[in-house]
Amino acid sequence: MATLEIRDLHVSVDTENGPKEILRGVDLTIAAGQTHAIMGPNGSGKSTLAYSIAGHPKYNITSGTVTLDGEDVLDMAVDERARAGLFLAMQYPVEVPGVSVANFLRTAKTAIDGEAPKLRTWVKDVNKALSDLDMDPSFGQRNVNEGFSGGEKKRHEIVQLELLNPKIAILDETDSGLDIDALKIVSEGVNRFASQGDKGVLLITHYTRILRYIKPDFVHVFVDGRVAEEGGPELAEELEANGYERFLKAGAK
Amino acid sequence: MSAAETLVATGNKAHSHGPGSPVPLQARSERPTSYDVADFAVPNGREEEWRFTPVKQLKALFEDAAGTETPKVDASGPEGVVFETVAADSLKVGKPQDRSAAIAWTHAGEALAVRIPVEAELTEPVHVNVASLGGRGFSHLIVEAGRHSRAIVIIDHTGAGELSSNVEVVVGDGAELRVVSIQQADHESIHLAQHDALVGRDAKLHHVVVTLGGKIVRIGTNVRYAGPGGDAELLGVYFAEGGQHHENRLFVDHEATNCKSNVLYKGALAGDHARSVWIGDVLIRAAAEGTNTFELNRNLVLTDGARADSVPNLEIETGEIEGAGHASATGRFDDEQLFYLQARGIPEDAARRLVVSGFFNDIIGKIGVPEVTEHLHDVIEEKLARAAELSASAKAVVGQ
Repeated sequence: MATLEIRDLHVSVDTENGPKEILRGVDLTIAAGQTHAIMGPNGSGKSTLAYSIAGHPKYNITSGTVTLDGEDVLDMAVDERARAGLFLAMQYPVEVPGVSVANFLRTAKTAIDGEAPKLRTWVKDVNKALSDLDMDPSFGQRNVNEGFSGGEKKRHEIVQLELLNPKIAILDETDSGLDIDALKIVSEGVNRFASQGDKGVLLITHYTRILRYIKPDFVHVFVDGRVAEEGGPELAEELEANGYERFLKAGAK
Repeated sequence: MSAAETLVATGNKAHSHGPGSPVPLQARSERPTSYDVADFAVPNGREEEWRFTPVKQLKALFEDAAGTETPKVDASGPEGVVFETVAADSLKVGKPQDRSAAIAWTHAGEALAVRIPVEAELTEPVHVNVASLGGRGFSHLIVEAGRHSRAIVIIDHTGAGELSSNVEVVVGDGAELRVVSIQQADHESIHLAQHDALVGRDAKLHHVVVTLGGKIVRIGTNVRYAGPGGDAELLGVYFAEGGQHHENRLFVDHEATNCKSNVLYKGALAGDHARSVWIGDVLIRAAAEGTNTFELNRNLVLTDGARADSVPNLEIETGEIEGAGHASATGRFDDEQLFYLQARGIPEDAARRLVVSGFFNDIIGKIGVPEVTEHLHDVIEEKLARAAELSASAKAVVGQ
């Protein structure tokens, strides 16, 4: 059973005025079968955590560890992390002109599995994954994310999640910019993934809205680069009622 | 490309068409042409048409003297195609626009003419190979597609040496001709060329310039229309590596009515002093009502130390046109694309290949000659592998 362990993670970015620390000691353990929600105000470092785990070169890990089943994730290249079983659904998926979705998905699947998928079942799998996310099969012939609406980009991320089927999925504000119908469709995809039982989900969100459709086992409130409070689903309900006010006041003292 | 695209270098500093724009010293149509070498001084690099070119390395090709070799020209094609040797000035569709073209015209002496008979529909491409043999030489080709014919002519430039060439293309009324000129001589070679095409009434020309090899390759392509309804699609692909200079200069002269031109040139650059130049001149004369033209140049800069210049120019003398536009963009390799692909498990080198092949994908799809596109694909892969080695060794040096 997969376990992602984050211990005392400190991360900084380079700015004009020198390095700026964004994560200030994050501890988090996500085991298979669990869904964790990270909530927090803008600028609290939620996305930095997601991109640091995935290995974006912009973020410098200054101390701490991230391991997946005991393996040192921080020592891996970005693609090695993905092949080890990590997946990041991005807030702003990138356009790749001239590369078709079909080619992209097949190339990624081949890289993750170490062998090309069986042609006959693969085409069926892709079409099913697309239609499950309410995307027309013709998306396969379009260029990756090029000309996609915001909602289509997010749904395309979940198509990839289902096809690549990682051990741990990190969803960075997958709910942002989605209307209620798209939010339901995306949530169903995440729930299908999680319902396999041996998968871990780290759901990063600013709003509680998506938590009506994806039930977290644990909720972590992120403030100023670290976890300020942890609890069960009831913590999300409290945030729904009261917002981040009391955390911001505490952080500002 | 994405919004993250950055402008690296364009020849015209600001993009302005409004009042106060600098007036060119000379309209494109007024640039002199001549068959007489004496009408062109030896370029010093300050001339408009030479200002991007490393003229100091072209001394031998500016010398008004016979070649030290005759390049080896082999031609073959399906039944019906006629090959014959003719006098250089038997057609005169082309007229040299610079010194090197005039010298090539004079000293090639003869031309190889490839004639596609009237109404012939060729099922196989015609192949012409021009091989430089190590010296300084000249070549002259004439391609004439008869009325209502359909054909593909592939001109492959190989070998090593200094070559200056003229290519004249005539597309008969209602004909469809595809001419592909491939430049892949060895690393130290120099190739200067002028292509002139005359597109007949309701005829269609696809002209494709593929530059993969050579230290300096400079191709001027000029298109005119012999009657209304002509259509010219001008495509170019280049990939300049360290120390290579790939230059393409286009001039589409719209004088007949209801003609179309569509220019698409795409290039990649990798390595120290990799250099590309693209000049796209389009002139819509007062008589050319109903013209529809668009030109686009895109450059993808893969490493530091490379430079792409891109200068589109549009002169319009009538408002009675269907459309006219141009676009140019030079972007660096987008690291966010790389991150996205790697985050899906795709190794870095494969991700780079995917992004670059994606960049060239649309233009390669338009070339429409499988043997050319397959070869192009292979050579791009080789060049990317070399670029990857370069950046890996650069990283190793930085990391020390």
